[in-house]
Amino acid sequence: MQYADIVHRCFRCGYCNFTSDFQDFNCPTYNKYRMLSYSPGGRMWLINAWLNKELQWSEHFADIMYSCATCNNCVEECVQNKFNSYLSEIFIAARGEMVEQGLVPPTVRDYLKNIQLSGNPYRAPAEDRGKWSEGSGLTRFQNDEYLYYVGCVGSYDERGQKMALALGKLLIKAGLSVGILGSDEKCDGNEVRVLGESMLFEELARQNTDQFAQLGVKKVISLSPHAFNVMKKYYPDYGAGFDTLHYTQVLWELIKLKKLNPGQLEIRVTYHDPCYLGRHNGEYRAPRKVLQSIPGLSLVEMRRNRKDSFCCGGGGGNFFTDILGSGPDSPAAVRVKEAVATGAEVLAVACPNCAKMFEDAIKVEGLEDRLQVRDIAELVLESLKD
Amino acid sequence: MDRVYNALKEIVGERFVSNQQEELYLYSRDPGTMDPVWPDYVVMPASTEEVQKIVMLANQEKIPLVPQGGGLVLSGLTIPLKGGILVDMKRMNRIIEVNKNSRYVIVEAGCSHGLLQSYLNQNYPDLRHSLPDSPPISTVGGNVCIHGSGHLSQVYGFHSDMVNGMEVVLPTGEICKIGSCSTSPYWFARAPLPDLAGLFLGWFGTTGIMTKISLKLYPHKRMKDVMLFLTENPEYISDIIYKVTDTEVAEDITISCAPKPDWMDGFQLTSIAIVGRNKAELDFKFRTIRSALASYIDSREGGFMYMPPAMKHNFTEVPLRSTARFADVKKGGGFEYVGAIMPVDKFPDAYRAGHEIAQRCETTYSLSARIIGRAHCMMFSCAYAFNRADKADVDRAKQALHETNKAVLELGGIPWKAEFPAQQLILERMDPNTLRLMEQVRKLMDPNGIMNPGNWEVK
Repeated sequence: MQYADIVHRCFRCGYCNFTSDFQDFNCPTYNKYRMLSYSPGGRMWLINAWLNKELQWSEHFADIMYSCATCNNCVEECVQNKFNSYLSEIFIAARGEMVEQGLVPPTVRDYLKNIQLSGNPYRAPAEDRGKWSEGSGLTRFQNDEYLYYVGCVGSYDERGQKMALALGKLLIKAGLSVGILGSDEKCDGNEVRVLGESMLFEELARQNTDQFAQLGVKKVISLSPHAFNVMKKYYPDYGAGFDTLHYTQVLWELIKLKKLNPGQLEIRVTYHDPCYLGRHNGEYRAPRKVLQSIPGLSLVEMRRNRKDSFCCGGGGGNFFTDILGSGPDSPAAVRVKEAVATGAEVLAVACPNCAKMFEDAIKVEGLEDRLQVRDIAELVLESLKD
Repeated sequence: MDRVYNALKEIVGERFVSNQQEELYLYSRDPGTMDPVWPDYVVMPASTEEVQKIVMLANQEKIPLVPQGGGLVLSGLTIPLKGGILVDMKRMNRIIEVNKNSRYVIVEAGCSHGLLQSYLNQNYPDLRHSLPDSPPISTVGGNVCIHGSGHLSQVYGFHSDMVNGMEVVLPTGEICKIGSCSTSPYWFARAPLPDLAGLFLGWFGTTGIMTKISLKLYPHKRMKDVMLFLTENPEYISDIIYKVTDTEVAEDITISCAPKPDWMDGFQLTSIAIVGRNKAELDFKFRTIRSALASYIDSREGGFMYMPPAMKHNFTEVPLRSTARFADVKKGGGFEYVGAIMPVDKFPDAYRAGHEIAQRCETTYSLSARIIGRAHCMMFSCAYAFNRADKADVDRAKQALHETNKAVLELGGIPWKAEFPAQQLILERMDPNTLRLMEQVRKLMDPNGIMNPGNWEVK
């Protein structure tokens, strides 16, 4: 296994479980389960024991490994600065070993099967992929300045589609030269990669980079931080020659250039930093700048914000595999209660996965009267209504 | 089906009990050198009542119970030497009450030092508690159980001295309050009652399970600096400490000696923390300490070392992240140390012994000391990093630890949070009547012998 020579170096000191100021446990699985096995250090020791054959594989072992949300809190907080940057990658490598040996949990197997068979996790037809864009004014990419890449959740999930549409309308309103791929769009592969299926990921990365090259794509706007992450950090290994931007970065530029002029919106908003935009890629500023550019909008921070943000629980493939699960201690439930505590009426997000996770949690927690989930693009669009 | 497992599940809920290999493996060991022993179950209670039910179950089933806090003692005190139920206390981490004017906090025993530090910073910025150098997940309960010490110990003593009172589940299942809270709604002191806290502090969880603790809080002066005094003769250290503590203006005082970087080899670096409400107070303390050590500076036997402000963070940070980094010195994820509680004037002997043992065991020396009280004693530490992937290296560290424990006892010190073999060395030397008293206390309190058996017992 890749990184096998590092795994034993974890001291299991536990810094990885916390926020930077220790105010709370910030590893979503440890916060939920509290057993050492569900902490990053526990995982490191279990992987080491499995590789050394001190422990046999079990379904429980696989669940522990696949419950990790790859939120990178451990990477941020681990004090061992000679190897801390590899922590999430070590967990992904262990998953890779399980994929190779055919030892993954059923929901992971099904997810990967669906991608193989249908090119998306929903087993939906490819021709339906661009249906969300009907009536948006968006057209197929044709030598445009930007490619608007929507991803699987934005294309097929009802909540994601609303976000995709809101952003599409904004980009058109701003007069941007932008196109979409519609039914020709393919899965970005971020979740495939983090679930440990490296061969399938390579295939997807190559397909996408080849397609983008053939079309002459120079700049990509990603709806999802997950796609943003994988295209920015991993696609260059497969020859990608384009820049990738998260949509909040584009919106902030458009607002600065006065191509978008947000209108009045009298609401109190708190913002949730998605892991793949924040901790994984260090973008904390653009989403806040966009929100702060809306007159009347009052932005309040949750206790845990920026690099201390608490994952919604949908990362690391859990959005689809649901191994981390739901319930009152689920990361999303904890996070929406934290949002309510700020007094905000809106929980702003910048990721379709987060939007869906939080909306579900709000229903389960019975908080519909107190908190709404709104994507940043939706808020900007709403402010422009008048 | 497993009767005990089902009973535990009934008490804490399915998610917080395990008899699966993954949890048993992890809770069978700590990051030190002690060999693992697997528990039969791991359980995480959320309340005193749940702890009580677990204790009653263990009595009924005659099965050992091993309470665990942060699990970072390194010397294997929560390795279940005779199997049984490992009770991870970290779900009991609530901060129950802060009495600002009486300067105490009541916490559940599994409350982590990190959580308490952060809570006080946010809600009571004028108050603080003494933090150990261990990582922030170490718990208040676990630390007082072993007579821990920390960054305020030079001023206020061992962390066990800072306990005002506690709630304990006795080995027979009764919930018992110790200190003023046994008689009053307030948890302000152990005096003036007979001090029963001694039945639990330092006993490694062999006399009951602490569930709530009242801990003393202290004024929090926000400005902080550190003075670093270098000497090249260990014979000077006890006098230097005497002079600095005589000023009564220093806070934490530690001494460290290590061969890296190269220029440090042979030096003793005394780190003196000072705090103040303003710059004038800091300046006054700086001048006072400098004046106390003037004779060493004048004779060129010692001198203050300049350190850029950015680097000072490595000395003033609480908790000290660099402590955990020591585990990666050999790129092997392990270290353990003998922390000996001993008189300060034994520093030169301990220093020499530390060097000799490191040389004999073919490892590098890493010695340090923290002053406890106004030099009433010190915790002298000989730390050994090891590569846990290399059994020979682990054995080398184990041998060095054993030799260090023996040397400490020969010097008149006592190994702190002693691992099982070191406990045996201590018990061999202990006054027989003291030993008999300890045995009688254990038998009386724990008739079924269920509490962390193997520890504080003659083999």
